[in-house]
This record gives sequence, structure tokens and C-alpha cells, in this order.
Amino acid sequence: MSELTFTLLRLGYLVLLWVFVLTAIAVLRRDLAPRGAPRASRAERRREQEAPAVAAPAAAPSKPKRGAPTRLVVTAGPLSGTTLPLSSASILIGRAPGCTLVLDDDFSSSRHARIFPQGDQWFVEDLGSTNGTFMGDTKVSGPIPLAPGVGVQIGRSVVELQG
Amino acid sequence: MSTVETTGERTVSSTERRPTRLAELFLLILALTGGILAFAMVGRSISGELPDGFWTTSGLLALVSLGAHVVLRLRAPWADQVILPAVVLLNGLGLAMILRLEQADMNGASASSQLMYTCLGAVVAMLIIWFLRDHRWIRRLTYTAMVVGLVLVVLPLVPGIGREINGARIWINIGFSVQPAEFAKIAFAIFFAGYLVANRDTLALAGKKILGLQLPRLRDLGPIIIVWAASLGVLVFERDLGTSLLFFGLFVAMLYLATARFSWIIIGLVLFAAGALVASSVFPHVAARMDVWLHPFDAELYNSGRSYQIVQGTFAMAAGGLFGTGWGEGDPYLVPFAFSDFIYASLGEELGLTGLLVVLLAYVLIVQRGLRTALAVRDGFGKLLAGGLAFVMALQVFTVIGGITRIIPLTGLTLPFMAQGGSSLLANWIVIALLLRVSDIARRPSALPVRGTVAPGGAMHDPIVVGGHERGSTPAAGTPAAGTPVRRSAADAPAGATPSSHPTEIVGRAPHDPDHRSGGEHL
Repeated sequence: MSELTFTLLRLGYLVLLWVFVLTAIAVLRRDLAPRGAPRASRAERRREQEAPAVAAPAAAPSKPKRGAPTRLVVTAGPLSGTTLPLSSASILIGRAPGCTLVLDDDFSSSRHARIFPQGDQWFVEDLGSTNGTFMGDTKVSGPIPLAPGVGVQIGRSVVELQG
Repeated sequence: MSTVETTGERTVSSTERRPTRLAELFLLILALTGGILAFAMVGRSISGELPDGFWTTSGLLALVSLGAHVVLRLRAPWADQVILPAVVLLNGLGLAMILRLEQADMNGASASSQLMYTCLGAVVAMLIIWFLRDHRWIRRLTYTAMVVGLVLVVLPLVPGIGREINGARIWINIGFSVQPAEFAKIAFAIFFAGYLVANRDTLALAGKKILGLQLPRLRDLGPIIIVWAASLGVLVFERDLGTSLLFFGLFVAMLYLATARFSWIIIGLVLFAAGALVASSVFPHVAARMDVWLHPFDAELYNSGRSYQIVQGTFAMAAGGLFGTGWGEGDPYLVPFAFSDFIYASLGEELGLTGLLVVLLAYVLIVQRGLRTALAVRDGFGKLLAGGLAFVMALQVFTVIGGITRIIPLTGLTLPFMAQGGSSLLANWIVIALLLRVSDIARRPSALPVRGTVAPGGAMHDPIVVGGHERGSTPAAGTPAAGTPVRRSAADAPAGATPSSHPTEIVGRAPHDPDHRSGGEHL
């Protein structure tokens, strides 16, 4: 074998080793994407395909009276922008995995507060949280009525009802 | 009714939607190509034809690697996909270099024994993955592991079976040579993980703060002092800095992982430095090692043969340069123990810096995947075990390569997966099996919501379940401690959660809307 062929083989081998390493790093890049992002989008797409069948009948009956809030929006904090549709069930907010809205917020308690409907009104209630729940400057202790558009401070997050 | 059927289909599809592990298969083929091509190139440049046992070696390596891939598909489908190919690459490169030294008639190099232990290691690793379904089971072995670890460390000192090779007394001979420290590191990782997960709070919280460092209470220093004394004992009586550094480093790193207290690292470093300094001034053999490390090119040291090996290793790497001489074209057999302790220098000569960086990156990949697993897994024991095993691998690679490149004194440790030696191969394959098992558990989808997301039932398109608040008030089984990041693969979340929620809300929602309101009233 000529000298040239050998040199090419020798360098080609090193290239092969680097192809391995770079491919492995490319595989790892999936990890560097925002947590669970590629998978979540796939899940979302799947959910959207089934959404017409599932969500349509569910959405219809929960058509509210005019002026009543239809969703709960996180307006500040790590989850800012998250929206939950309101139904007639109460919403538990906190860090515990069992909550309806699981906050990624070190200043909130595991079961921090609850927002629930009664009659035509929505109420907010603190569940004995460490750092308290605030409506404006006032601390929420017992259940108090919650009007749409009024921010409720839970840890570093603020949630409000919107029409 | 139709909705119930849909959810049924979904459940089925979720069990079928396991990762296909195609990335692993592709990387594995690349890694095997690297190994087998190396065998062929070795033969070509030494004898002009394929080396003896080329087909056996290549066939067996491919067989165990692909076998391991199949076992992972069956038993640990969510396990990390990069670890196995990286290990196979390192193992293949090591085999090729040992084969090359054997072809050059180097005394002691035996590719067939290395091949046998590679197969044995891979088979044992796969048996562990097959039968150990959950790493938490190992936790009950915490104190057994401590006893086993201590016995393994002391064994080389027992007269009769202990063997002293090249000044270090870290081998035992029971028909064949075993380096018990390789297995002791696994036992200690298990023990530290079990011990620390139970005692982390005392170690993390008690104590006062001095100069911004939270110092532990004196009585909580007990375990670290014992381990420090044990590792110094290894240094003094078994005359091996590497093993000593390995155990102590493992303990300090796991203490830090468990308590997140930086003061442990400082205490550890200070203790080890002080111990090593005292040892080097009191014990002549330790001082001699230091001397060789600091002044290898001293004529007297070189001529007396004491720094011959490290100097020759340095020359070998220099001869390799940037791109190496090519497989089979260098003279790595000039370095004593080129097939075990100095295999890194041998690879440096024939593959050059470019090749050595690949080797280093392969280790970095394994360690990074191990630490990533530790971050992702939910239980504290698994976190500490994966973190500890990954760290011990990193520390061992650092100690060996640092010794060869003269960053630290040379030690008797072996480069995982590459250096010739059955104990090292077997032990490191076991480490890999444990890491793969923990990573399978860590990445396996779970019905628990991810922190910072909306729970199933609270998401945009999944209307809230009736009585969801009541369910929310009872924590789900296996709820992790507050502050533990909860992870699941989001793709499988709706499938796991919807079968319980959808039928309820679809069937019960529309007709019973008033009931919902009254249901809310009892709040």
C-alpha cells in the first residue's frame, strides 16, 4: 500500500472517531432543548388532532353567562402566560404534583391556595401557605370573593380571572 | 361509548410508543466500525494481513454489543442511548491497542484474555439490567455494601493472598489476580448513597456559619474522619495514591451532592492535602513517588529506572504529535506496561492528540450522562448513586490520565474499559449497568406532573375533572419530597392521565352540569 493511501486511511480513521463523538453530541442536543420541548410539541399535536372530538362537546356546556370569567391566567412569575379554562370545579394552586396548577416557584407552598366557584361568584382562599396569598396589599385569610381582572399574588406568581 | 374506546386505543399506543433506540444502534455501529477497523489496520501494518483471531475478536465484540443493545431494548427501553456506544468504542480501542502490542510480541499483553473479560463484563452487566428492575432495591444492601467494601479494601493486606506488584499492594491472588479496589468503589458508592440519603439533613443543616461557610458540627464529622483515615491507611499500607484518592474523592463528592454544602469540599481538600503532605514527609516510598512526579527528567532518577516509565510515556505521546503515527506504526511497546497502566500513552503515540481527545470526550459523554441521570431521577438514593458512580468514573480517568501527563503523581489505577485487566473491565461494566438502570427509571414516563406545568385535568384542552380538587388534596403515591424536581416525558403524560379523566368528564359532563355547581357548593 502506498504512503498516500496509508496517510488517507490514518486520517480517515481519526475522522471516523470524530464522527462518532459529534453524532453522540448531536443526540445529546435533544437534552439541551427546553425541557421536554420536542416531546411536548409532539404530544400537543396529537392532542390537537383529537381535540375537536374531545374538547368540543366539553366546551359547549361550560359556556358561561355573560360577564362571568372563563379562564384563569398567570400574569407574572415563572409560569407567566399559562391559561387554564375554568369549569365549575375548584382550582388548587401550589407546588405539589397533585395541584391543578403546579407552580415552579420556590416561594409558594406545596398546597398554597384555592380558587373556587360558589353561586355566581368565584372565591379565593389561602390554604395555610408559608408566604401567604395577597390580593393587592391585603393578605387573604378566609375565603373572599375574587372579581375578574384582580391579581392574586401567590409566591412570585400572580394569577387573575379573565372573562 | 366511543370515547371509552378511544382512550383504550390510546393506552395501547402509549405502551407501544417506547423509544426505538435507533440513535443507540447507529452510534453502536459507528463505535464497532471504529474498533473493528482498528483491528484490521493493526494487522495490515504489522504483518500485511488480518491479525490472528481477527474474526473471533470482531465477531464477539459485535455480538456482545448488539446483544447488550437488544437487552436494553427489552428491559430498559428508556435508558440513555449514548452510554453504551461510548463504552463499546473505548473497549474496542483498548482491545485494538492490546492486540497491537501482542502482535509486537510485548510480554504480558494478551488480547484474548481482554476479549474474554470484555464479554464477561458485558454479560454480567446485561444480567444486572435484566434482573434488577429497580435500583431502589439496592438500597437495602447499604450496610452489607459497607462491610463488603471494607473487606475488599483490606484484602490485599492479608498475608498469603495479598500481592505487591510494582510497589503497590493493591492486588490479591486467588488462582488469578484481582484488584479488589475496583469492586470496592462500587460497594462504597452504594454504601455512601444509602448512608447519606438517610443522614443528609443532619449533615446539611446543623452547625454554625463562619466566614460565609456553614461548618458542620464536630460530631457530624465522624464518618468523614473515618473514611479519611481509611483512605490514608490505603495510601500508607497499600502504597497507592490512586486508590486512596478514589475512595476519599468519592466520599467528599457524594457528601457535597447530598448536602449542597461547599464547606465539605474545602474540608475534604484540606484534609487530603494535609494527610498526603504528612505521609510524603514521614514515609519514604510516598516521598519517592513525589520525587519521580516532580523531577522525572532528573538523570539519576531516570538512570536508576524509577522515572523510566513516565519519561518513556511522555516521549511516546510526543512521538504521536497531532495526528499520531497510525495504528501499528509507532513503538508503544517501549514503554513498560504500555498495555495497562500506560495504554493512554500508547494510544497517544498511534492516534495522536486528535485521537486522545476522542477518548477523553467519550469518557466525558459517559460521565455527563451519568450526572444528567442523577439530576433527572426522582429518588434521593438514585440521585446519589448515579452521581457517585459518574463521579468515581471521572475521578478515575482524571487520576490515570493526570498521572500519565504528570499533573498528579502516577498511580496504580487503570483506565476504565481500555487498560488490560479483568477486575477493572468487570467492575466498570457493572458501573455502567447500574447507570443504565437508574437512567431507565429516571427517563421512564410517569403520571406525576412536571414542576412548572399544568396538571393533567387542568390543561387547555383537557377540561377540569369533576372532583379534581379532592383528588388534588391527597398526594399521589410516590410523591417526591418538596423541592425535588419532578420529571416525566411529557409525550406519555396525557396517555397516562386521560384514561381516568376523560371518561368521567365526557360521560358525566353535559347532562349533569347543574350537579357540578352544587358539587362546588359543599366547599
